[in-house]
Amino acid sequence: MSTSKTNPLPVHPLPSSVVKDDEPILVAAAKARDISAFETLVGRYERKIFRLAQNITQNKEDAEDVMQEAFLKAYEHLDEFQGNSRFYTWLVRIAVNQALMKLRKRRPNQISLDEEVDTGEELMPREVEDWGPSPEERFKQSELAGILSSTIAELDPSFRIVFQLRDIEEMSTEETAEALGLSIPAVKSRLLRARLKLRQKLNRYFRRSENS
Amino acid sequence: MNCRSIVKELCNYLDEALDTTLKDSIEKHLEHCDDCRVVVDTTKKTIQIYCNSEPAPLPEDTKLRLREALVKRLRRVRA
Repeated sequence: MSTSKTNPLPVHPLPSSVVKDDEPILVAAAKARDISAFETLVGRYERKIFRLAQNITQNKEDAEDVMQEAFLKAYEHLDEFQGNSRFYTWLVRIAVNQALMKLRKRRPNQISLDEEVDTGEELMPREVEDWGPSPEERFKQSELAGILSSTIAELDPSFRIVFQLRDIEEMSTEETAEALGLSIPAVKSRLLRARLKLRQKLNRYFRRSENS
Repeated sequence: MNCRSIVKELCNYLDEALDTTLKDSIEKHLEHCDDCRVVVDTTKKTIQIYCNSEPAPLPEDTKLRLREALVKRLRRVRA
């Protein structure tokens, strides 16, 4: 049982690694059809967009198609990017649309994000064990990446996608709701369930007793 | 404030989207409830671990196909 006091720090303590100072300059150059500026943006975000696509589609080939289409569409529609959001958020929205289309094509009867989700499951956490201060440091980076991707893959798509946008891509609740065509209460309810489920699933790797 | 209400407000608490009164009563509960404190801590860590994890490098063949697709289509768009 933990004896440490809960420190009410924001859950995203590090500044986002996504935005860099030169981004508006690169976007402006890409808008003027400077291909090398656009390629710099691609190089900056390709890994994140591929991971996003893979987490949503759960299929490597689909994820590759999604990533390609997302970058191509972004280039073709750059004039429509008004700079009201971060460029990356705009790109994520394009990639999410592409990924959802793929997912629905593959599993047309299973994917409905806006359906009321009532899993009948009890929300109250069952396994309550302390993880210690930095449980992720017990694993090599590649091992940790494997744990994280296989664990998120176990979630229902509607939980998985909301968690991906809110907590991995750091989009706001409003941006997530808009991108997925969901109401704000629906995003909040899916996020709560997703976070609790992931916490419970990660418990088997990160609990202190695993290390003792 | 009981354990069930803590779980219900967990996201709002972690996202710092609560008014001071509610936040204070949650923290008061956390002072004496070890289970809730562990749930809050481990949920927060879950988010941080995912948020801070670096995506793996693209496989070389995937990277190559992306470059080829871009070159092909971007030239067409520019033309």
